[in-house]
Amino acid sequence: MNRDSNAYTFGFAAAMVLVVASVLAFTASSLKDLQSENVRKEKMQNILSTIGIETDREGAEKLFNNYIVEQLALRNDGSVDETVDAFSEIKLAIEVKKDAKTQRFPLYVATVDLATYYIVPLRGSGLWDAIWGYIALDEDRNTIKGAVFDHKGETAGLGAEITQQWFMDRFVGEKIFNTSGDLVGISVSKTNNDPNDTDKDDHEVDAISGATITGDGVSDMIIERLQHYLPYLKATPADLAYNN
Amino acid sequence: MSKPKSNKKPAIFFVAKEREPLFSKKNRGLLKDPLDDNNPITVQVLGICSALAITVQLKPAVVMTLSVIAVMAASNVIVSLLRNAIPNRIRIIVQLVVVASMVILVDQVLRAYAYDVSKQLSIFIGLIITNCIVMGRLEAFALGNGVWKSFLDGVGNAAGYGFMLILVAFFRELFGSGKLYGYQVIPDSIYEMGYENNGLMLLSPMALITLGIIIWVQRARNRKLIEKN
Repeated sequence: MNRDSNAYTFGFAAAMVLVVASVLAFTASSLKDLQSENVRKEKMQNILSTIGIETDREGAEKLFNNYIVEQLALRNDGSVDETVDAFSEIKLAIEVKKDAKTQRFPLYVATVDLATYYIVPLRGSGLWDAIWGYIALDEDRNTIKGAVFDHKGETAGLGAEITQQWFMDRFVGEKIFNTSGDLVGISVSKTNNDPNDTDKDDHEVDAISGATITGDGVSDMIIERLQHYLPYLKATPADLAYNN
Repeated sequence: MSKPKSNKKPAIFFVAKEREPLFSKKNRGLLKDPLDDNNPITVQVLGICSALAITVQLKPAVVMTLSVIAVMAASNVIVSLLRNAIPNRIRIIVQLVVVASMVILVDQVLRAYAYDVSKQLSIFIGLIITNCIVMGRLEAFALGNGVWKSFLDGVGNAAGYGFMLILVAFFRELFGSGKLYGYQVIPDSIYEMGYENNGLMLLSPMALITLGIIIWVQRARNRKLIEKN
């Protein structure tokens, strides 16, 4: 057979593509369960770490069930949609593209040593691809207890530094409402005169050099997501009881 | 072909047919040379990019080494098996497809069984595809040699690459974070005496300098590597 003929070349390429495609498809589908289990436990691990509970992936599920007392799917007006399971049924990547009226906003309520925390999942865009995270608010629904960020494809050493503990720790103690009660969020700022983040009332954290767009993405994502929770966050406990 | 009687066999035919032992001197050379005399990183200066990027700690370096060994051994074997069937005009594409599918397999397996490591290596696993060592060995060796020899060549070169990776990572983790494989090895008492970890070791430039020192030491010991001019 002439190995240099066009027919042979095309035939070889076609056969190769078929074989490779079926091998890869088989592997991907047979490992899918294990992989999504890892992703699920990592999500629990991330949620827990915003309220200061560090655990490995294996222990995450048990602790998650211990500390997370409520998993709410909120409507735009702050009321709870009982038909939706916040943890497993809301995929934020799809949800953020919807209109605010039809979106459901997941919220996790945690109780640790009698203190209550409200954990809001975040999702936005960095420089190259999606960024996401979780932010935990204290009982006053204003002060940040902890934050976790992750990303899909930010530049290693620059934008990807948002996943570093020292960056996430800068958010602790910052407040999302200003003194007149308006939601201002937290800006990742380059013109911050407070590089050690000792001023916790300025609604700013120090930016990372070389990661301006990722940093802006973090600021935008925080304010964009939190504004949808305003009806819930601003409601008094009495209102909440009424809504529930 | 009818089998000729052994006493009538022409001498040259007999020699060619003689089976080479699995680990003949030449075959051992295929495994051993890339570790020192013909090291992909320090002598051929290939794969430097990943050598700088993933040598901050030992653990990812070890996993990267194992992944590259798996990818190179498997793709060398596959290309060597197909070497008489691959159409010459699209051989580079075929090699790329083989390497890329091996890499995706490794990535999927890591994601299922070593999730943390796979997150840490993230893009570098994908970048094995573009690691010059892999394509280079396919083109230069596997296309023209038998399966067993190609397998040894793949393992040898990947091991030579990994050896350097682990060596650099050893020094960077030791001096950069005072740990080895995640365990603290420099005792607290030394820190109390005023010793501090060298933060610069964690950055890529020090990987290049570490690598440079390794190349220097290697050439000082191995005279064959010194260029005459």
